[in-house]
Amino acid sequence: MTKIIKAPTRRSALKTLALGGGAAAAGASLPLWARYAQAQTSEPIRIGFQVHRTGIGAAYGRWYDRTTTAAVKRINDAGGINGRMVEVIAEDDGTDPKRGAEVVEKFATQHNCDIGFGTLFSHVVIGSAPRAGELKLPYFVVSEGHHVASGMLNRYTLQPGITDVKSQVIAMAPFVSENLGKKITMIYPDFAFGHDHRDYFSEAIAAQGGEVVAQIAIPPTETSFTKYFPKIPRETEVVYHVMVGPAVLTFVKELGEFFGPSRPEMFGFIDSLEAVDMGSAGLEFLDGTYFWEGNPRYAQADQTSHDKMYREAVGVDENGASVSDPRDVSTYAHMFGCWETLNVVKAGMEASGYQGPADRAALIEAVEAMGDMPLSDDHPQGAKRFNGKTHQVFGHQYISKVEDGRMNVVHTTSIEDTLYPDEVDYTAQSL
Amino acid sequence: MSDTAKTAFLHGGLLALLFALQFVLPAYHHGNLARIMVLASFAIGFNVMFGYTGLLSLGHALFFAAGMYGMGLSVQILGFSPAPALIAGLIAGLVVAALVGALALRTVGVAFMIVTLMFAQAGYLTVLYFGSYTRGDEGFVIQQAQRMLWGIDLSDPANRYFAAFALFAVCLLTTLALVRSPFGKVLIAIRENEDRARMLGYDVFKYKLAAVIVSGTISAAAGAAYGLLFGYVGATFASVQYSIFPLLWVLLGGAGTVLGPFIGTLFMFYLIDLSSGITTAYMLIAGVVLVLLTLFAPQGLAGELRKRVWRGLP
Repeated sequence: MTKIIKAPTRRSALKTLALGGGAAAAGASLPLWARYAQAQTSEPIRIGFQVHRTGIGAAYGRWYDRTTTAAVKRINDAGGINGRMVEVIAEDDGTDPKRGAEVVEKFATQHNCDIGFGTLFSHVVIGSAPRAGELKLPYFVVSEGHHVASGMLNRYTLQPGITDVKSQVIAMAPFVSENLGKKITMIYPDFAFGHDHRDYFSEAIAAQGGEVVAQIAIPPTETSFTKYFPKIPRETEVVYHVMVGPAVLTFVKELGEFFGPSRPEMFGFIDSLEAVDMGSAGLEFLDGTYFWEGNPRYAQADQTSHDKMYREAVGVDENGASVSDPRDVSTYAHMFGCWETLNVVKAGMEASGYQGPADRAALIEAVEAMGDMPLSDDHPQGAKRFNGKTHQVFGHQYISKVEDGRMNVVHTTSIEDTLYPDEVDYTAQSL
Repeated sequence: MSDTAKTAFLHGGLLALLFALQFVLPAYHHGNLARIMVLASFAIGFNVMFGYTGLLSLGHALFFAAGMYGMGLSVQILGFSPAPALIAGLIAGLVVAALVGALALRTVGVAFMIVTLMFAQAGYLTVLYFGSYTRGDEGFVIQQAQRMLWGIDLSDPANRYFAAFALFAVCLLTTLALVRSPFGKVLIAIRENEDRARMLGYDVFKYKLAAVIVSGTISAAAGAAYGLLFGYVGATFASVQYSIFPLLWVLLGGAGTVLGPFIGTLFMFYLIDLSSGITTAYMLIAGVVLVLLTLFAPQGLAGELRKRVWRGLP
């Protein structure tokens, strides 16, 4: 990450200008930075990076940070955006919506950032987006929440680099019903993330002729899960699980002890095990089970040159861990969103001829005008299709099977599998 | 100068300063101060219970959230406009405070702290449980169009600042009047020696319950205002850390002083904000400063002012 260059305060600016003005009157020129401000186009483009360095999102934040640094380096090495270097100004939001909103204000009114970027956790996005809209700061989130496409947010908030949970979940239903079974028991955390899965998947599997035979919601404060497992009906063919948080290892271990060698098919979302080593004790039970992956953690036999380049740039080995520490497992299924979002920002700024904050509205319109984005070094996860009305991108999803402690991709969905009817038209809102 | 004149000068001076600052502050600090005034109102509510009555609640997030959700859900589900929604938030806070007070005040000391903490945790889990209405941990947005109070757009920075200032001024002046009234004197008497207050014939339970209700309602007003001014209602504000924040702000600023909550909130806000610009370990800096303050100014900043400069500081 580049270092923060402190913007001059109003007082120091006035003081310096006054001094400079006096000096100019005496035949000298303005101080260096004041001349710099005159030639605004040579200033760097400032991207305010709202990062979860502390709080519950810290594991994700660390890898979002590394990915962002790598993506910005690549952009700057290639000449920057519109001939200007990109500078990242990172602020920790503590994975807290109140602090998140304050950070967005700081980007807009103190750091003079051109855009805000990078927020992951949904509650932080939802808490921060109203302020971004009011301050007219383009706010590019990398959250996978359905909040953007649901119409809850505003025209200045976009999610062009990662697909949303609704499209991910509905795209799983055809594979599950055709390959694993039609009677499904869902186990999910009893908060919004789990409720999204419950609602979207129940509807999608019904459309495939399947049926959710039980919905088991687990309170977020739970640390032991054995009392919930007897609620799984005997007719269950597939257990769909999306537990998250520090208790997930206990959850898997206890699930394994409950079923023993004869278990139904298992399907989960890798969100449960992002940044967790698949070799961790207790996870052997997951062998032979299936996971959704936003981007395959393990380099596959048919790895694209784009994924290879992206891994090397970010510093991830073929097992999805840091090249400098094999125990430091990445959040590979999500963090590509930072890389791709920054490339969308670059493309949008170039298309709109972006020069400074006065062009923020033009930047929004340029991104809204985007459509298909081919698989490339800019989009190493796969091809994408951006919906300018809903401000949400759609893309391929991966389903992997755990075999000998590594995940091998067994199915890739089409983009069409992930689409659903528009729920909002942000372009109808004023800029 | 008499104590009354000094009090009027000091507190009126602060309000005049805050009013005037909106015209000169840069945008960033202008926005910060609006937020600080709302949060300081929350701390003022906490201070009525802790600072003046000696009741240490570890569950004040419950009252803040009651106001926030009372306001937010009435907008979101019932389609209320901001004025009745604010009243709904106040009523929600008042009712919750009355219920919690009636039950929790059967305990004292550490048990009271634990019972208030448990009530707050139950409140937090209730928000999550009714996720189909509250959107659980994600929360929901109060849209700009829903934040028009009598034709005034509360998302506009100037209007937001003035609304926050009005809330803060009302809370500050109410507390000032309260602690100088006979009622407030009884609360202080209870804090200093509950048995003696009881022996003097005061119905201690009734006074403490009234203090919980006033405290909870002020905190709820802050919660409702926060949701309306910043456009977001979320379960985080009902979590345990938002019960700890007002305790920290009040301890730092000076428990049992009218100005303390504001000073503590301001100090803590900028301590975090400035130290986060220096290092990623900003919570460590905050922690060290807190330890130093506890060692060298155990009564908080305004408490030290009272000790060293003016013993009559209310």
